[in-house]
Amino acid sequence: MTAKTQLRAIVAVLLVIGFGLAAFKHLQMGFPLWPDERETVWTAEAKVSFTAHGDPVQVRLSLPTSTNNLLVLDQGTAGYGFGYYVDNSDLVRTGVWEARAPDGEYSVYHRARIYRGGGRPDVFADFEKPKTPEAPVFSEGAAGAADSLLADAHAYSSNAKGLAIQLAQAIWSKDPSQTANVLLGEDASSREKNEIITQLLRAAKVPAVTLRGMFLDEEKTTSRLSELLAVWNDDSWVVIDPETGEAGLPELFLPWQIGSKALFEVEGAEDSEIRFSVIADELAASKVALSYGDHRGASLIDFSIFSLPVESQNAFKTLLLIPIGALIVVVLRNLVGLQTSGTFMPILIALVFVQTELVTGLVLFVVVVSIGLFIRGYLTSLNLLLVPRIAAVLIVVISLYIFLSVVGFKIGVTQALSVTFFPMIIISWTIERMSVLAEEEGMKDVLLQGGGSLLTAVIAYLFMTNPYVEFWTFEFPELLLVVLAVILVIGQYTGYRLNELWRFEPLTRDE
Amino acid sequence: MFALTSPRRLARAGIVGMNRRNVELIAQNNPRHLYPLVDDKLKTKELAEAHGLNAPRLIGVVRQTGQLRQLAEFLTPHPQFVIKPSRGSGGKGILVVTGRDGEDYIKPSGGRIGFDLVARHINNTLSGLFSLGGKPDVAMIEALIDFDPVFEGYSYEGVPDIRVIVYKGFPIMAMTRLSTAASDGKANLHQGAVGVGLDIMTGKALRAVQNGVPITTHPDTGADLSKIAVPNWPEVVELAARCQAASQLGYLGADIVLDRQAGPQVLELNARPGLAIQVANGVGMAPLIDAVDKLHRDGKAPADPVARAKRAIGGLLAQP
Repeated sequence: MTAKTQLRAIVAVLLVIGFGLAAFKHLQMGFPLWPDERETVWTAEAKVSFTAHGDPVQVRLSLPTSTNNLLVLDQGTAGYGFGYYVDNSDLVRTGVWEARAPDGEYSVYHRARIYRGGGRPDVFADFEKPKTPEAPVFSEGAAGAADSLLADAHAYSSNAKGLAIQLAQAIWSKDPSQTANVLLGEDASSREKNEIITQLLRAAKVPAVTLRGMFLDEEKTTSRLSELLAVWNDDSWVVIDPETGEAGLPELFLPWQIGSKALFEVEGAEDSEIRFSVIADELAASKVALSYGDHRGASLIDFSIFSLPVESQNAFKTLLLIPIGALIVVVLRNLVGLQTSGTFMPILIALVFVQTELVTGLVLFVVVVSIGLFIRGYLTSLNLLLVPRIAAVLIVVISLYIFLSVVGFKIGVTQALSVTFFPMIIISWTIERMSVLAEEEGMKDVLLQGGGSLLTAVIAYLFMTNPYVEFWTFEFPELLLVVLAVILVIGQYTGYRLNELWRFEPLTRDE
Repeated sequence: MFALTSPRRLARAGIVGMNRRNVELIAQNNPRHLYPLVDDKLKTKELAEAHGLNAPRLIGVVRQTGQLRQLAEFLTPHPQFVIKPSRGSGGKGILVVTGRDGEDYIKPSGGRIGFDLVARHINNTLSGLFSLGGKPDVAMIEALIDFDPVFEGYSYEGVPDIRVIVYKGFPIMAMTRLSTAASDGKANLHQGAVGVGLDIMTGKALRAVQNGVPITTHPDTGADLSKIAVPNWPEVVELAARCQAASQLGYLGADIVLDRQAGPQVLELNARPGLAIQVANGVGMAPLIDAVDKLHRDGKAPADPVARAKRAIGGLLAQP
């Protein structure tokens, strides 16, 4: 009884850990539950080109920053002939490329992968409370218009944020009012419009800065970044999109430069220009979850298969399927009552099927084992001892491999070449065991066990090649514990097997 | 033919399935370290001797090839004997000699073989030709049983033995297996041998099945199977109970043969007896298992194996 209680406890613990870890990875770390889930990942690039004339050159480029929606990872730079470092002063990350005496046309790049996910709760976290700005000086004509605009906006708002939005709406209006037009002049660019809004805000003693960056949902190459405004609203910065008059940092906006610092500066060279580009990529969600987890240093990943070199990971991909095969064997033997030759031989055969394709594998297996049994039948009459006998069978098996490969190749059936995937020792033992079985119990049992083994192997193969099973075993290896729990439960199952419903059926007849 | 029943009906009929046999009957009652006692027939023989259980007398054991030189001389006083591998499987490697004719040995079929063939048979045995996994083995030379004629006409080949299942000291079920032409002379039920359930209380045939189908006469000899009645039945049951006490295996199959003079003899013990006996008896063994468990739980199980056998003959399920 205690064994049963212990088993229950162990099974419960295994289930909780197995499912718990999987759920944690799914919910907290973003591991997808289904293999075909994909996620968009962007590659954002800035390229600064210039012409140098042998003087020392310094290129400064402000770098993209993570937001509460976007995570900037895998940053990389390139700039042939230039040294590179990151300057963190002034609260802004700036990439600096330097060279002593470059000559000719040069380009330096900064590239980053952008993932969805909270990278940084507040873009402005490092910014201190701004000082009250000095009021700008408007020209005589403009001063009146500014006052009038500010008075209107003030009347229709209750705080700095509202004020900024009102001003933005007035300035960005498709059909601007007379007063606004006084400030705007003819054909004002969006940059000029934002500049006017910032000045008006300063006039109202509201600190405001511009925020330049790119909208990742617009795939394009441009020399201009989009602009947003950040307004100091009593105790925090609020981002508004002046063009739409909406508050809040847009979800797919990647800030590249904040505040008045120049986006990029090139010293010692001329004809400098900058180009930005965004490319969207569809990546398997699981890969995204991994890079994301890596970045956060999640120990679940640090101590998982994913921390291994890719080669070893691939080996585990196969190894992790074996428990599934074992589970199939357990179910078929203990719940169904199928007979197999050798407990786990069907799993190995199933693994071979994975490499050879099912039909090819089945045909080759039947051919090799049949011929092997035939030859082994003759060896019986020689009264050999066990080990020499199996060694002889082994050599027969290898000869069969060569024979099948060569003949298959000559007549153009190249599938025959994959016969070498079958593990020779296992095949030899299978032939030996079946031969003994044929002698002791008769051919009927050989066909029964051989058929049972093949059926088990085929079912195991179908499960092991199922994309969902492959995905779950590899992405959620902790589910192994669940498989273990199920096997433990079956291990203490004392009920009937499926075949016993037939075997003992006569005993229930005369009731 | 291919009818299915439901687990509920099986349970109602008291059938024990393979899983329950393996998990409850074998794993919980047969400690692993006792297996060699029954898997090695030489050890079984020593056990039988130590506990005074009737068994075919051991004439000698050949352990090394070198001993073969003295064997011919050793066998001279024994005109009849059986050579068996100690760890043989499936009845392989058994050589029966029923008499001598000068230098030759006479087989049951009447054929004659020289000493060289006997020596070669023993040599093969020693090198593991007949043992499980091909392990080196020893050859046992046993006295030949003078079979009681009770099963005459009931077997296609060989002489049937009686299998008694003993659970925690109490014999609960018995049967005999009769070889047929279809089973190729083997006494294996799933190969077509006839299983005859024997009433544990009387030793009389309950019913007979071949391939799971009830039959009334032997398919080859035509003998009426319902007429089988084992003489001296209480002795058979007692011997089985004493085998259990000697081996300490909680779930035991004792294979017993009847000698015309010496009575029941234990031939082999089995630590993993199968479940086909239920089919041969036409009833499940679960009620009997439960009855034995209840006797032990209630402290009503007598300690003496003979008393236990008597209790079994009196009917375990009959209320005392």
